[in-house]
Amino acid sequence: MTAETGIGARVKRKEDQRFLTGTGRYVDDLPLARATYAYFLRSPHAHAKIKSIDVSAAKSMPGVVEIFTGKDIADAKVGGLICGWVVKDKHGEPHKAPPHPVMALDTVRYVGDTVAMVVAGSHDEAKDAAEAIHVDYDVKPANVDLARAFDKGVPEVHAAEAPGNLIYDWEIGVKADVEAAFAKAAHVTRMDIVNNRLIPNAMEPRAAAAEYDKGTGNYTLWSTSQNPHVLRLILSAFVLGIPEHKLRVIAPDVGGGFGSKIFCYNEETMVCWAASRVGRPIKWTAERAESFMTDAHGRDHVTHAELALDKDHKFLALKVETIANMGAYLSTFSTAVPTYLYATLLAGQYTTPVIYANVKAALTHTAPVDAYRGAGRPEATFVIESIVSKAAAELKVDPAELRRKNFIPSDAFPYQTPVALQYDSGNYPPIIDEAIKIADYKGFESRRAEAKSRGKLRGIGFSSYIEACGLGPSRVIGQLGGGVGQWESAQIKFNPTGNVQVLTGAHSHGQSHETTFAQLVSDKLGIPIETVEVIHGDTATTPFGMGSYGSRSLAVGGSAIMKAADKIIAKGKKIAAHLMEASVADVVFENGNFKVAGTDKTVPLGAAVFAAYVPHNYPLEELEPGMDENAFYDPSNFVYPAGTQICEVEIDPDTGVVEVVNHTAVDDFGNIINPMIVEGQVHGGIVQGVGQALLENAVYDKETGQLLSGSYMDYTMPRADDVPSFKLGNTVTPCPHNPLGVKGCGEAGAIAAPAAVMNAVHDALAPLGVTHVPMPATPLTVWQLIQSAPRAAAG
Amino acid sequence: MYDFAYHRPKSVADAVALLKGKEEARPMSGGMTLIPTLKQRLARPSDVVDLGGIKELAGIKVEGNNVVIGGMTRHYDVASSADVKAQIPALASLAGHIGDPAVRNRGTMGGSVANNDPAADYPAAVVALNATVTTTTGKHTADDFFKGLFETALGEGELITSISFPKAEKAAYVKFPNPASRYAMVGVFVAKTASGVRVAVTGAGPCVFRVKAMEDALAKNFSSAAIKDIKVPADDLNNDIHGSAEYRAHLVGVMARRAVDAANK
Repeated sequence: MTAETGIGARVKRKEDQRFLTGTGRYVDDLPLARATYAYFLRSPHAHAKIKSIDVSAAKSMPGVVEIFTGKDIADAKVGGLICGWVVKDKHGEPHKAPPHPVMALDTVRYVGDTVAMVVAGSHDEAKDAAEAIHVDYDVKPANVDLARAFDKGVPEVHAAEAPGNLIYDWEIGVKADVEAAFAKAAHVTRMDIVNNRLIPNAMEPRAAAAEYDKGTGNYTLWSTSQNPHVLRLILSAFVLGIPEHKLRVIAPDVGGGFGSKIFCYNEETMVCWAASRVGRPIKWTAERAESFMTDAHGRDHVTHAELALDKDHKFLALKVETIANMGAYLSTFSTAVPTYLYATLLAGQYTTPVIYANVKAALTHTAPVDAYRGAGRPEATFVIESIVSKAAAELKVDPAELRRKNFIPSDAFPYQTPVALQYDSGNYPPIIDEAIKIADYKGFESRRAEAKSRGKLRGIGFSSYIEACGLGPSRVIGQLGGGVGQWESAQIKFNPTGNVQVLTGAHSHGQSHETTFAQLVSDKLGIPIETVEVIHGDTATTPFGMGSYGSRSLAVGGSAIMKAADKIIAKGKKIAAHLMEASVADVVFENGNFKVAGTDKTVPLGAAVFAAYVPHNYPLEELEPGMDENAFYDPSNFVYPAGTQICEVEIDPDTGVVEVVNHTAVDDFGNIINPMIVEGQVHGGIVQGVGQALLENAVYDKETGQLLSGSYMDYTMPRADDVPSFKLGNTVTPCPHNPLGVKGCGEAGAIAAPAAVMNAVHDALAPLGVTHVPMPATPLTVWQLIQSAPRAAAG
Repeated sequence: MYDFAYHRPKSVADAVALLKGKEEARPMSGGMTLIPTLKQRLARPSDVVDLGGIKELAGIKVEGNNVVIGGMTRHYDVASSADVKAQIPALASLAGHIGDPAVRNRGTMGGSVANNDPAADYPAAVVALNATVTTTTGKHTADDFFKGLFETALGEGELITSISFPKAEKAAYVKFPNPASRYAMVGVFVAKTASGVRVAVTGAGPCVFRVKAMEDALAKNFSSAAIKDIKVPADDLNNDIHGSAEYRAHLVGVMARRAVDAANK
């Protein structure tokens, strides 16, 4: 409406009032009368046969209401959890789909696998009883080494359904074309890359609460979900068989997801199912240790990549072989992440004419692996941007120049890549120019020399990423095996007094939709932002929608809101025309007012709304009363944000500690609605990317399959003092195919940062003759590399 | 956590009486280790005797050449004490870098020393400064107090009442924090006091230990150059995903040199 609150304004977050004053309402906060509490007994073994489970002693413990095991679930014919994306292998066969029981029946397949559910009057009573359950395990050898998952003799996770631990052997691109290009290459750069496994660590652990209303037969499930409608659909159609209209799923305030709360999990399924059997509400909140063990983990690839260049350093071809970890069971979207969200991104910002990628998905005795902030795209960016920088180092050319030389020209859009995606828009050279300027790239060598005088090794690294987000259109997703549509919904519902409820099928768990979406509506309809309330997360009140993931909320959900707003304006024009006794064609809408062009006649939107609800003077013959419009928007393509990050590190050769001393990010997110919120998203993303590069690592013991990094004592979460103040910039190439011209910003930071940081680490260690640093570059790792380096650090 | 009986005595005598004869009773000072342990069901005490109500156990005073710190004195109070800052600034600095602000405002010196976590900071100060640990039954020298992994000379029901630190001519503590937990992966306290030069290492092994070779070299020449070539054997040091024994051994040297440099500033 005004410059202070409209599109482009740094409006402070509406939701912060409650979050910062401790008045948010999360699942665990729910007061439910007569509530019981669930506790899940979990497997202490990575792989074992369950010989027997004795719950008799536990059942008589104080407060115990009921105990369920896998047998109870099987007897009740509860369905298994599903994988919602069917990837076809290189022979056209659908991927192997081993069963994913909500509770282990006769075999446990990772540390944390669900063995029994105790429902009791309190959390402590449930836990006490769980300790009294006797499970007789026959412990088997486990397979937690991804690189060796397909080796002969390695223990199989699902021997019958997925022999040799292979879920699929998938490929994209024409191998022969790539081989032909390599045969002509003047230079080939080769690289072995491990993309380290990460644990999402949302601030709020997963939680579920469920209530069954015996009178109506209705279930209500509160869940920490990023997509409550999709969760309901899965539970109804595939797992529990509760008709969709008898199940209400509510995702209230949710404290972060990063992808890990997209999926349908065992615990919420069990809590919902058991609520009717117990006859009392059931609550469950994961302890942090359970989050570490059982939230779907992220990344975890082993890759060999080769880049062919001609004598002028133009990229000729890229060849990538990847083994992707699926964990012990296929999580909801696990199969799509290392294929359609990974290999299709391997062109990056470059004109590489031919690309071939082969991806083999492996089962291991570890927690399921699925989408985590970026989901496939960080892995792709890491491959491309690592090998491009390595090529630059080998060829002794400037890494920025090598990138620039191979960028897709600005006039080549829309650009068809060799790996299926067609980039709608982009303009890459100004991005890297701006990043170089902000980072003072020219001054780097003097900073390196100054650092050397202090005994520090300084390095600089580039990462120029492309992202495909805001998935769609639905038709294409269906062709690729996706099980759901990729549109989004919106409803704009005016109240008679003129304030507005905006209902969205997207879900905010940190993304600030309550502010950004309110800005859109306020700006578009010319009404004060205070009068706009954004509502999400309840299947009973919001229209069916797909939720939030993959940086889609604004590009897809925001577009749906704009469509609904257009309908409001169109209807308002008819009402205003009637009130002003003018022709609809002559009515224009400006700053919240309907006007007849060339006259001083005007009707504020509020007056039109009031007339719609109190239609005493209203064209009832032609127009329905009320002001309540909904819209569904199916995107015609992905959106393609792009950017360049430049990282500068200093390494202490005495300790191996890597310090990020400068980090610049320049992004092209198209038009920006709230720059402050976008910067916050970029900051958070970079921190997660720095975390992956230097700190975070999910480690399973190779012998026992135990999760060694199962708490904050051993899993290194980035802290505020691990990163410097970031330097941000942006360029704007509006998206040509959505009404706002927007792209996505939620994942970009995490996508680009790991390669920028690791390239800087490589650059810093290059004078010592170190050519490969595995990720994460922990102090121990870096120190060991320095010890074994061909040249000494001193000097 | 499991059920237990909770007591909050007002005097040391009452606390000792409450602990007496109860094998499974545990005293609690700041609770910064005990409470998480209880929450994770890793301990099952019959009784928890909270020392927080005993005023006589907290406080800092200077007695001659010693700073005497009560067992229930919080890390924050040590870090911000004018007396500690004036007499042994390295000790104030150490206390100011334990855990996080919440821990520093709850955790106590006596609790930390009695627990003897291999990665705790205070044991390095107690040993390097050659402090004396006074308990409800007597006195322990620093060298006799720390016995091994989570093991001390404290007997059943014996409580630390105060620790007396001799004033240092030169002292500094430098730690290399574990990247994840931020506990000391290697922490080295170097001190030059009336009883000579001492180098105490925490975090690297199962229990705080002294590096005699460094002490001897520094006694002759208190400079980092003097210990440049002294290597600590890796044999008995800790080994985990964050640091191999060799890395820890190397870090002992680096942290010791940095501590000497800091002490000389």
